[in-house]
Amino acid sequence: MAAAATEKSREWQLALPLTAFFALFFVAPLLLVIGISFQATRRMTGGLGLNQYAAFLGDSLNVEVLTDTLLLGVKATLLCLIFGYPLAWLFTRVSAKLQSLLIFLVILPIVTSVVVRTFAWIVILGRHGMVNDTIVALGLSAQPLHLLFSEAGVVIVLTQVQMPLMVLPLITVLQRIDPNLASASSALGAGAWRTFFKITLPLSMPGIIAGTILTYTACVTAFVTQSLIGGSRLLYMPMMIFQQAMDLQNWPFAAAVSVIFMISVLLIVALLVALSRGRAARLYG
Amino acid sequence: MRRYFDWEGWSFTAVFALLSLITILVLIGPTIVIMMLSFTGEETLHFPPTHYSLRWYRALLDANELQDAFIISIKVAAITVVASVVLGVSAAMTIARSKSPWMRGLETLFMSPLILPALAFGFAALMMFSLLGFRPSTFTLSIGHIVVCVPFVLRTTLASLAQLDPALLDCSVSLGASDLYTFRRITLPLIGRGVASGGFIAFMSSFDNVPVSLFLQDARTQVLPIYLWDIIQNQLDSRAASACGVIIIATIVLMVLMERFAGFSRFMK
Repeated sequence: MAAAATEKSREWQLALPLTAFFALFFVAPLLLVIGISFQATRRMTGGLGLNQYAAFLGDSLNVEVLTDTLLLGVKATLLCLIFGYPLAWLFTRVSAKLQSLLIFLVILPIVTSVVVRTFAWIVILGRHGMVNDTIVALGLSAQPLHLLFSEAGVVIVLTQVQMPLMVLPLITVLQRIDPNLASASSALGAGAWRTFFKITLPLSMPGIIAGTILTYTACVTAFVTQSLIGGSRLLYMPMMIFQQAMDLQNWPFAAAVSVIFMISVLLIVALLVALSRGRAARLYG
Repeated sequence: MRRYFDWEGWSFTAVFALLSLITILVLIGPTIVIMMLSFTGEETLHFPPTHYSLRWYRALLDANELQDAFIISIKVAAITVVASVVLGVSAAMTIARSKSPWMRGLETLFMSPLILPALAFGFAALMMFSLLGFRPSTFTLSIGHIVVCVPFVLRTTLASLAQLDPALLDCSVSLGASDLYTFRRITLPLIGRGVASGGFIAFMSSFDNVPVSLFLQDARTQVLPIYLWDIIQNQLDSRAASACGVIIIATIVLMVLMERFAGFSRFMK
């Protein structure tokens, strides 16, 4: 009995270093942000209040930055799903040799630096870049399009940069689906589309939700892509936090913006998790 | 039964094949563009280059600031990996064995840097360090990176611990081996691939980190991705392309090595 008890305490000890590290360098800083966001004045003289939050929510321009950022994530995540799902589906249909090539192609972008990947897009989307040269040469448009520094550009690049985060969970879940289910469906007379929408898609929901959470959170916080492709005209939440904190040195306001941003993202993640639980309950309950 | 052409099956396959083909092209396109661009012989970056040369790779040899930033980045990434592996693997050992809801909560906490906006955390860490009186340095950079990189090590280590048969550990202990010996001779060889894969992802992710570094670096400790971000945004220096070329080649080489020795792609799914 005594041996079991010491064993138990010893097991706990192994998690202690990381727990202490996170308490000190993750939880404490986040609590500090929350604390400072309630400072009434920029000078942080000690008066507490909701002034920073009122200042953010009272200005419709700020609220617009928040909704723009959250919607940007929705658009890029939807594109990732629409284009990523077929790739994950293809992965489960090809030979093992092709599978290892495909997985290499999917993983390479995650491991390669985001700065590197975004840089390529500046060359591709620029005024005299590949896409515009093609469009003008084909006569689709007389003028080069403004793809760089536009929201459409940011959405396209985010989709490419974050795509692997969507594809990998989808591959995992699609591989686990029993192929007999699809065969049964078609034997019973359902066509390929019907089988997909009635069998494969619902069963892959856990992967879709997991991929959506990863992709969405990565897209809304993608500072490098947002700033390089969006330029200075398009302002999103991460850049706003950075400007307020570093350029304007307005820490209480930057803290309030951070808190509002984090809560918005966490709420959306919580919503997605609740959605997946609800679905799981209906499917398997 | 009358044989007929399966339009539905055909259209389904066609649509899915077409979409995945587009995705594959879009996924690899940028890497190929950068590689070609990095070998340009021209003064400015224009795609496709009219002629090719190694001039911008040679120019990297004299780029002192860039080299300094590279060294800082490697140093921080190395510290981050070692600390993340030590902290992450020991915590994973506990988390994998325990069924208590407290441990699940702790696991969620350790994984949350993956979900939480990294830039907000970077700002939080800056305030914390300035309150404690620490100036930005490789030390503060490494601390910030460890927080955002531990989840990678934790995830892959937990995945390989889940495959580990606990009976093996019981055998080892009942045959008289100490805990440390069991860990070194039984556990570590069996989870080594997971740990190595997590460490590799942590290294690449630290080497690539911008949002946290933005707040925790200063002029003396500028990291490579921020240096590149800066020159891409401001002057579109052609050396940016060759520097990116070096990063891509190194990444591919490391990835192939990791795949061979640790089966790294298994841990990404």
